[in-house]
Amino acid sequence: MGRNLLWGLAAAAVMGSILSAKAQETIKVAYIDPLSGGGASTGETGLKTYQFIADQLNAKGGVLGKRIEIVGYDNKLNPQESLIQAQKAIDAGARVITQGNGSAVAAALTDFVAKYNDRNPGKEVLYLNYAAVDPVLTNEKCNYWHFRFDANADIKMEALTNYLKPSTSIKKVYLINQDYSFGQAVRVAARRMLAAKRPDIQIVGDELHPLQKITDFAPYVAKIKASGADTIITGNWDKDISLLLKAAADAGLQVDWYTYYADAPGGPTAIKQTGLNHRVFQVAEGAANIPNAPSQEFERALRAKYDFGLLYPRAVNELRLLAAAIAEAKSTDPLKIAAKLEGMKFTVFDGGEGFMRADDHQFFQPMYIKSFGDLTTNEPFDEEKTGWGWRVVAKVDTPDTILPTVCKMKRPST
Amino acid sequence: MLELVIISTLNGVQYGMLLFLMASGLTLIFSMMGVLNFAHASFYMLGAFFGFQISRWLGFWPALVIAPVAVGGIGALVERYGLRNVHRHGHVPELLFTFGLAYVIEEVVQMIWGKAPVDFRVPSLLDFPAFTVFATNYPAYKLFMLLTSVAIFVVLFIILRRTRIGLVVQAALTHPHMVAHLGHNVPLVFMSVFGVGTALAAVAGVIAGPALVTQSNMAGLLGPILFVVVVVGGLGSLAGAFAASLLIGLVQTFAVSVNLSMADIFAFAHFTPSPGTIARDVWNVTLAQIAPILPYVLLVLVLVLKPTGLWGTRET
Repeated sequence: MGRNLLWGLAAAAVMGSILSAKAQETIKVAYIDPLSGGGASTGETGLKTYQFIADQLNAKGGVLGKRIEIVGYDNKLNPQESLIQAQKAIDAGARVITQGNGSAVAAALTDFVAKYNDRNPGKEVLYLNYAAVDPVLTNEKCNYWHFRFDANADIKMEALTNYLKPSTSIKKVYLINQDYSFGQAVRVAARRMLAAKRPDIQIVGDELHPLQKITDFAPYVAKIKASGADTIITGNWDKDISLLLKAAADAGLQVDWYTYYADAPGGPTAIKQTGLNHRVFQVAEGAANIPNAPSQEFERALRAKYDFGLLYPRAVNELRLLAAAIAEAKSTDPLKIAAKLEGMKFTVFDGGEGFMRADDHQFFQPMYIKSFGDLTTNEPFDEEKTGWGWRVVAKVDTPDTILPTVCKMKRPST
Repeated sequence: MLELVIISTLNGVQYGMLLFLMASGLTLIFSMMGVLNFAHASFYMLGAFFGFQISRWLGFWPALVIAPVAVGGIGALVERYGLRNVHRHGHVPELLFTFGLAYVIEEVVQMIWGKAPVDFRVPSLLDFPAFTVFATNYPAYKLFMLLTSVAIFVVLFIILRRTRIGLVVQAALTHPHMVAHLGHNVPLVFMSVFGVGTALAAVAGVIAGPALVTQSNMAGLLGPILFVVVVVGGLGSLAGAFAASLLIGLVQTFAVSVNLSMADIFAFAHFTPSPGTIARDVWNVTLAQIAPILPYVLLVLVLVLKPTGLWGTRET
């Protein structure tokens, strides 16, 4: 026993020294997202997903012979804390930052990165945004160093409203969103697009609630119930959607849901509890059950290692695109990577072509509307052991997702 | 409308009673030792995590008994070996001690259970709708939370008002020296009250854990509200804490369901600030949106108008 332990320690020490020697050769990607408090479930799932994707890339030899290393930084979903963490990451040698949860955080980070790069020529930092979808980030507040891999809130609402347009059963819609920049963007887009596409629909509620602070949505559900709504539109994410669904299930609220992030951890379990079979919809850039061999293989590998499926096909796109840009630039210098990323075309995770629009650094890709419910035998993946899973009910091809931008991109003078 | 009122009342009373479970311990401890226990909500969190862990091993019902006893024991030890030593140096060190303790507990919880929420489920025995009001289901578990809180309140009240132990505790609140001269062990009384107070918080934690979210920031989310309850009710007053808990529970629940804004109130005057100004933004904010800050507004109002709190006798 004692001898085994000694050998183990010796082996660990040798491994450690090999790893630290190799660590100098890595491309550090700083993952700055909530790893504690509100939003932590999503943040932790994201971190594991990123590490899994990086491991896969590294198993194939990495990029330019270097490993991609994901380092997690806990920003507690707080813009100020995010800047401290970003500085910490940069000090530790990261030249690529990735973040997704919270458009308020993203707005602070994009500002910070722009200023940092102005002040530190030759030491630029890239900011890859995988989920903060407030449209301003690629419009009024667009920034050369910021690249967004998720469809913005307007693109998603466009897809959702186009899908619900022919459903004549929808008469009363209730909007419930988080009280910050993203939630407000969703609500504004929903009102505008519903008015244009279905002027007969009545908006019976327009709620804004505090972000990731509510532990019991029962009062809100009682209010929704009293409004007589038949449909809910919400951009809520993480606990704000899973707890909302849970409260709806407890109260027996029977409505259709059009969501951005119903697949958040705990969401599928709550939907199963509501009994709403294929009545909860989500707009996303992918779904596990899309019959596409490489993505299903990835899905199986991920699920073999963790107890969750892939929430972020866009994260796979992001790291693969980053690797491709580095390989093409033959350099890990963010200045050269950014130049390659602009306008880059790419076959996305679930199949189909996507591209990074140079005008505003918004990535465009096929979008899907999926619904949650029972599965046929051709659909192998359920969620959270509920027996229910996501099924694609509509697809929007890349050209149809393109929306105009008001961004006037300022490029570095080289 | 009636449906909304009934459901909101049930939700409000249930949340209020949960607050009371915690506030009762806090206010008792304050009136005895003159110390605001900043770590009180942390004992609530400990209760939830202990409850989660024990229910993994033994099931929910044993957890409901064992977790509060364990947390109460920890509370008693904290009083005996921590607070009592610090007590000699005055109130500020005591405050700082409990303040630090809150951080220590949070870090320990994060070290053991991680930072993400744990999967604390409602026991399957109670996982069904208890009754239906019009078309809304009321979950059995919430009813269980409500009834448990009420039962504990009744027991606590009877012990304090009708038994000899209660008599000693009440006397020790105001005249500790006299009680000691009469031959009672006052430090033991203090330790027991601290232990029972923290155990009550832990009961709240165990029953709230599955319904709300069991995670390492749950103390931080609930702590501030607790102080509002205690101050509004009057520091040291059990009846005050009871009334204030219900008041705040109901205010928060009902505020969410009211869409009243300044724009509605002044609609009759046909007055609206010009668009794009801050005044216009303020004008359109509904009561539902500011629901989370209403308790603090109440706190400020009470401190300005009646610093002793609604039922309290002593200056805060």
